[in-house]
Amino acid sequence: MIPGVDGFIYPNEVELQWGLLIVLYPYITGLVAGAFILASLERVFKVQAVRPTYRLALLTALAFLLVAPLPLQLHLGHPERSLEMYFTPHRSSAMAMFGFVYLWYLMVVLLLEIWLEYRADIVHLARTTAGWRRLVYKLLTLGSENVSPEARQIDDKMSYVVTVIGIPSAFLLHGYVGFIFGSIKANPWWSTPLMPIVFLFSAMVSGIAAVLVLYMAFMKVEKMPIDMSCLDTIAKYLFYTFVIDFSLEMLDLLHRTYEADESFHSLDFMVHTRLWGSQVILQICVGTLLPLAILAANQLWRFSELRRKAMYLVASLLTMVGIFAMRWNVVIGGQLFSKSFLGYTTYKVEFAAREGLLSAIGLMALPFIIVVVLVKLLPPWAEGKASEV
Amino acid sequence: MGRLFQNAGHLIRPALVLLAGFGVFLVIRAVVVPKDFGEYGHYRAGALDMISARPISYAGHSQCVLCHDQEAKVHGGGKHANVACEACHGPLAKHTDDPTANVPKLPDVANLCRRCHEKDAAKPKGFPQVDTVAHSQGMLCNNCHQPHNPQL
Amino acid sequence: MDLSRRDLFKIGGKLLVLASAGATLEEIIGAAPPSQAYRMADHWWGMIIDIDKCIGCGNCVRACSQENHVPAGYFRTWVERYQVEEGKQPQVDSPNGAMDGFPPSKREDLKSFFVPKLCNQCASSPCVQVCPVGATFVSPDGVVLVDETYCLGCRYCIQACPYGCRYLHPEKHTVDKCTLCYHRITKGLTTACCESCPTGARQLVDFKNPKDPVHEFLRNNKVEVLKPYMATQAKVYYKDLDGAVR
Repeated sequence: MIPGVDGFIYPNEVELQWGLLIVLYPYITGLVAGAFILASLERVFKVQAVRPTYRLALLTALAFLLVAPLPLQLHLGHPERSLEMYFTPHRSSAMAMFGFVYLWYLMVVLLLEIWLEYRADIVHLARTTAGWRRLVYKLLTLGSENVSPEARQIDDKMSYVVTVIGIPSAFLLHGYVGFIFGSIKANPWWSTPLMPIVFLFSAMVSGIAAVLVLYMAFMKVEKMPIDMSCLDTIAKYLFYTFVIDFSLEMLDLLHRTYEADESFHSLDFMVHTRLWGSQVILQICVGTLLPLAILAANQLWRFSELRRKAMYLVASLLTMVGIFAMRWNVVIGGQLFSKSFLGYTTYKVEFAAREGLLSAIGLMALPFIIVVVLVKLLPPWAEGKASEV
Repeated sequence: MGRLFQNAGHLIRPALVLLAGFGVFLVIRAVVVPKDFGEYGHYRAGALDMISARPISYAGHSQCVLCHDQEAKVHGGGKHANVACEACHGPLAKHTDDPTANVPKLPDVANLCRRCHEKDAAKPKGFPQVDTVAHSQGMLCNNCHQPHNPQL
Repeated sequence: MDLSRRDLFKIGGKLLVLASAGATLEEIIGAAPPSQAYRMADHWWGMIIDIDKCIGCGNCVRACSQENHVPAGYFRTWVERYQVEEGKQPQVDSPNGAMDGFPPSKREDLKSFFVPKLCNQCASSPCVQVCPVGATFVSPDGVVLVDETYCLGCRYCIQACPYGCRYLHPEKHTVDKCTLCYHRITKGLTTACCESCPTGARQLVDFKNPKDPVHEFLRNNKVEVLKPYMATQAKVYYKDLDGAVR
């Protein structure tokens, strides 16, 4: 009798192949995509109300994007060979596109957009700072100090173009992860055409929630007033996106339950036992229904500013937990049941191992540290004003 | 036009950075990718030779009969004719490489025979199987049965 | 260096004599005649398994483990025992992959049998499809192999295999699986599992060989592959496979 195994599983299925770090990876890229979509609301869809969070959203996206490859590197059996994905990508593999989509998004979308947005500030800072800081800013100017109004206009136009390209790029950056799971016919928990779309919408939800939380946090730290129309608008978009996301997930569940195919009995049992806590309690009740109720209440009734801030904060934090739980349930849940549909195994999260809890906590903390550094380097707000220069 | 160029000129810089990066990538790629990659398909052709060259542990019964023709004659006429030598005697490639230096141990009869012939509901009905404890009355199987030609 | 035409002819002539002498020498000594060398294009490998012959002795699991240095707790091949009760889910077990055979079957009244399993060497392999770098592939002679010097250890292929035949090697940190004893079959030997199977339940077959018994086997018997709805074009054919088999 193998500890942790119930029923019959194929002998090689005892160990889970993709663990906590692979749960973390789509969560992180999801935050990137979501933060960027929020930024694009202002630039492309002209939602002026969210302008105060535009720069912060970009920096948040960058911070998370920089950390995104790290869980993958820690997971690989041979991380030193990971560049093979660039040199000999196998075109039939969704995973092979990761390197290219990542680089494209980093260089051509995010970094370019941040550069275009901050150029005037960078030039100004290059002229007014000293020492190593001056060197950094000089490097960032890429040698051009042209910040005339005409040049700035061209920057704006380019930024618009980059954002327009950036939206499908963000969809690709995160959607392909959904396809990685959704295209595996061997695994009925993963295999559905809905997977990339569900991943994408849950990414947008978590990203928007993350920017909301960070905006409130930074305003508190910088002792600046929160722009309530901005916050209300973000909460509104969070609500609508979440409704779509929840509907999609319920559609998947409904479809599965109705068709009740060969795998259904085994998966149903798994949800009722091994995944009960993480799926039903954490993801659905605490992480989805509760924040949806809070956000819905704000669409129906008008609460005081203080109450709204508290509700939005709680709802956003719960949302971020809920979306993490969703990633967990997809990745881990897909490996807890045997492909023979006759048994289950268990996942034991290690603590101090390479793919353990400690690494996961470190990797989740890192983007927040990076965003603080980025905010110091490229301040999103000028001297006590929440809107841009 | 000149005015436009003057004001858009800074956009050349990130483009140049990207181009330079791409160039470096191409150079590294040309150096690092194995030369035989892609010869038969999207993989390193040398892997086929590498895998074929792995060492062998089971010599194959056609090797055993080259020396042990007496046993082979006895074996070939009995019920175990289709049971390969190494099925009972284990991997013997080392022995065929150097027979005197690597003399194999004789099989453990007490446990070997019953692995196949112990009566079990899951075994095919026509297969010879007995309750070995009752059948042998404590004796070893080769007390009565010659393993190479076991029919009595 | 100045060479006259005369010098050139002299040198050329010497070279010609030497070359032909060398060629003759090679023939006398006996370089390997090209017709005996293994040619991948001449083969398309698979396996046939006769369920009614398998006695669950576990010889195949042990032989494979020794031949291929399979790490303990991981399996390139294994045997499952099915005990099917009418109207219920089958009871299946595979104690340590059947490395030490099976403990006695407790019930005599059920339909029970053994099913050996291994990599199905799929011609349309979903595991090869998902490999991001080209570390696993279908060889020109139909064997699905892993290049352990190229594998990243991302484990996507393990997720994509419907049959559970792949695992991550705990020391090499690359993916490992049944190679159909490629190092043996390219030398005219059979696989270790087929060699040690006492009843002939497992047999290596070569679809491209017109004299191979597989053609008659497929024509005369009711055969099935595992999970045919996955459309992997598996090349391991089971005779008399019961519907209860997963």
